Amino acid sequence: MLSRVADSCYWLSRYIERAETNSRLLHVNMNLMLDLEDADHDSVRAHWQPVLASLEDQELFNTLYDHVDGDSVMEFVTFEKKNPHSIISSISFARENARTVREQISSEMWEHLNKLYLYLRSERARADYRSTPHDFYRSIIDGSHLFQGITDATMTHGEGWDFIQAGKFLERADSTSRVLDVKYHILLPQGERVGGSVDLTQWLAVLKSCSALEAYLKIRVGHVTAWDVAEFLILHPTFPRSIRFSVDNMDRAIHRISGSGISGFHNEAERLSGQLRANIDYATIESVFEVGLHQYLDRTQLRLIEIADKLSKTYCEWLDESADAA
Amino acid sequence: MQGMFTDYEVGGFFDEMFDSAGKVRPHYAKLLARFADMDPAEFERKTVLAEHSYLNQGITFTVYSGDEGTERIFPFDLIPRIVAAKEWEHIERGLAQRLTALNMFLHDVYHEQHIIKEGIVPADIVHSAKHFRPEFMGFDVPKNIYIHVCGTDLIRDEKGEYLVLEDNGRCPSGVSYLLENRQAMKRVFPGLFAKYGVRPVDRYPQELLAVLRHIAPNDNPDPTIAVLSPGIFNSAYFEHSFLAREMGIEIVVGADLVVQNQRVYMKTTHGLKQVDVIYRRIDDDFLDPLVFRKDSVLGVPGLVDAYRAGNVALANSIGTGVADDKATYYYVPAMIKFYLGEDPILPNVETFLSAVDSDRKYILDNIANLVVKSANESGGYGMLIGPHATKEQIEKFRQAILADPRGYVAQPVISLSRSPSFCDGDIEGRHIDLRPYVLCGEKISIVPGGLTRVAMKKGSLVVNSSQGGGSKDTWVLDEEDDESPAPMQSQSQSQSSSIPV
Repeated sequence: MLSRVADSCYWLSRYIERAETNSRLLHVNMNLMLDLEDADHDSVRAHWQPVLASLEDQELFNTLYDHVDGDSVMEFVTFEKKNPHSIISSISFARENARTVREQISSEMWEHLNKLYLYLRSERARADYRSTPHDFYRSIIDGSHLFQGITDATMTHGEGWDFIQAGKFLERADSTSRVLDVKYHILLPQGERVGGSVDLTQWLAVLKSCSALEAYLKIRVGHVTAWDVAEFLILHPTFPRSIRFSVDNMDRAIHRISGSGISGFHNEAERLSGQLRANIDYATIESVFEVGLHQYLDRTQLRLIEIADKLSKTYCEWLDESADAA
Repeated sequence: MQGMFTDYEVGGFFDEMFDSAGKVRPHYAKLLARFADMDPAEFERKTVLAEHSYLNQGITFTVYSGDEGTERIFPFDLIPRIVAAKEWEHIERGLAQRLTALNMFLHDVYHEQHIIKEGIVPADIVHSAKHFRPEFMGFDVPKNIYIHVCGTDLIRDEKGEYLVLEDNGRCPSGVSYLLENRQAMKRVFPGLFAKYGVRPVDRYPQELLAVLRHIAPNDNPDPTIAVLSPGIFNSAYFEHSFLAREMGIEIVVGADLVVQNQRVYMKTTHGLKQVDVIYRRIDDDFLDPLVFRKDSVLGVPGLVDAYRAGNVALANSIGTGVADDKATYYYVPAMIKFYLGEDPILPNVETFLSAVDSDRKYILDNIANLVVKSANESGGYGMLIGPHATKEQIEKFRQAILADPRGYVAQPVISLSRSPSFCDGDIEGRHIDLRPYVLCGEKISIVPGGLTRVAMKKGSLVVNSSQGGGSKDTWVLDEEDDESPAPMQSQSQSQSSSIPV
């Protein structure tokens, strides 16, 4: 497969996953907002600030908006074209990448993504966003799920598909770590204690952001604690949005690409990905908290960045690399 | 006339659907019966349906203005253009004859130049053609085929006779619209096709693939073939990717390719893979910065060297632009006579060459009544339509002709045939042309039909998409369903669409 094509498959998949994550974050935060009593300036700000923090777009936001509130953050993360991580930018980039590999992906995949793109740019999307924001974000999340389903059902599960899987799971591992980290940035209001009702609501929101609430409650009936939620979202072996599950599947995809079996490594991307996978496979939630939850998540994110970089150097920019070396 | 056609006026032009008395032509009778019953609202709905499917599929071209490009669809008209079987047979033979002669001409001008020595075509016309490539004198192209894909623009005059307006022998585009228009029509009017006996067009990509395989170096039975595109910002990118998908081959951009040891490779995730045949949709000028334009970032350094070494085949070949030059066009009928000893089956439009003294005088004296075209431009640019032009525009062209006589040709204004088209809620006559796509590999083959372009603006004679033109599906009918008398004398009973070269 052409290196450029592999790169585009990988990125189109990452961008769609990113749009989905952003939609979830906003959707859940908006819901939470409705529970907020006596919403004054400061509490609104405290409520939305963590979203910006988790997306690491604070600086750009400050140059575009005067103050942090629901409208400005939602606009910034949803429709702001100047924000390269906004939902509309992500879907545009995904589509641009898809366009360059149209002959490689199935027509159904392309048409679905194109429709989603046209919808987001339409007046109708704006109107839906204003009148029924819940349905609006749901439709983007559904759009991402539908794309994944169409991809699985209509595209040959070959190399291009493997790059799509690698991109999807890498982005998802990163997303889940960020959503979990949001909680780190939220300060409990004065007088609230850890394990109290506000704390509980916030942990529930984290679970909801990962569509994990129902799955979680089946396992930990009635118990919502930081410890248990973190364990679930980081270490659960089969929940499809846990970091472990995502890294597992990312690693499998990366190893399938070289065609050299799941054990061992044949390039840097495989080595780093295998290492991260083993690390998580053998971790306990005690060891995570020993490092510190925020530090652990931060470290995981850095490793994912490194893996992405090596993946690109191994398969997509290898020639430019050797040309530079020569 | 009936239903939606009640007020339709032929308006003194040759109309594809109705004769001058307003009586429907036989091969359109069933269409009239079906369409006459419809009301404008239903027509509008179906038009929107078709346009939506183009938009959703991303069958668009990009128009740049301001900081972001807008994607537009190529306007599509639901009323098909129908070509009777006997008419098509005539067109087909004419196109095959013409492309055969053009390929012989190209071989000749890049080798012995008999046609110049015999005084048929002046040396100056050939050597001063913008796209003549003297670097390729004496070079033998694979299988001696220069133009593999030719888009020949045909028009019909007021008597309904088919004339060749121009040849496009470099990178003709538009074939994807021919194929997609058919898909759209099948979706919107499924019932019509069953009744009509329309010859299918969907084999085009496979026939193109066969041509590309035919020219593979060393008769490689399993060549790696790629479409070379300028990239997604090119207005025809949709077509490049469409053809690649339909042929099951890679689409590449310049940066995907690298030349080592006079061989062309693509950069893949598992190393370099040699490419044997390139269907390039990049003009000569941009192919290889080492040989042609140095500033080209679209091309591949070393590609021409690999081509000369015979390690990669290109379609179309380099230097074919000398054959579709508008001054060369003037000599095509003579060319056909010279190489084939035949009279041209499809005549040219009467043309005056400003490089010829007597013609130039005629052009300057009658410029207000002529269409003046720049010899090297395409896409409807660099053109003057005398009767529609202002004094300033005419004066500008007059000066330009005097300054560069080689650069211009002129033709009388032909009142192109019209076809009923759905415009603004009503059916009105609009001028059309026809671009069939002629393939030359082991033999010449032509998918039945072509791209019918429509000048959607009332009274306009310019059909180019860059100038607000649209398109229609083009139906060529099966022999047995053809109820039409032949408009022209039929010279052969060949029913095959393939004519051996």
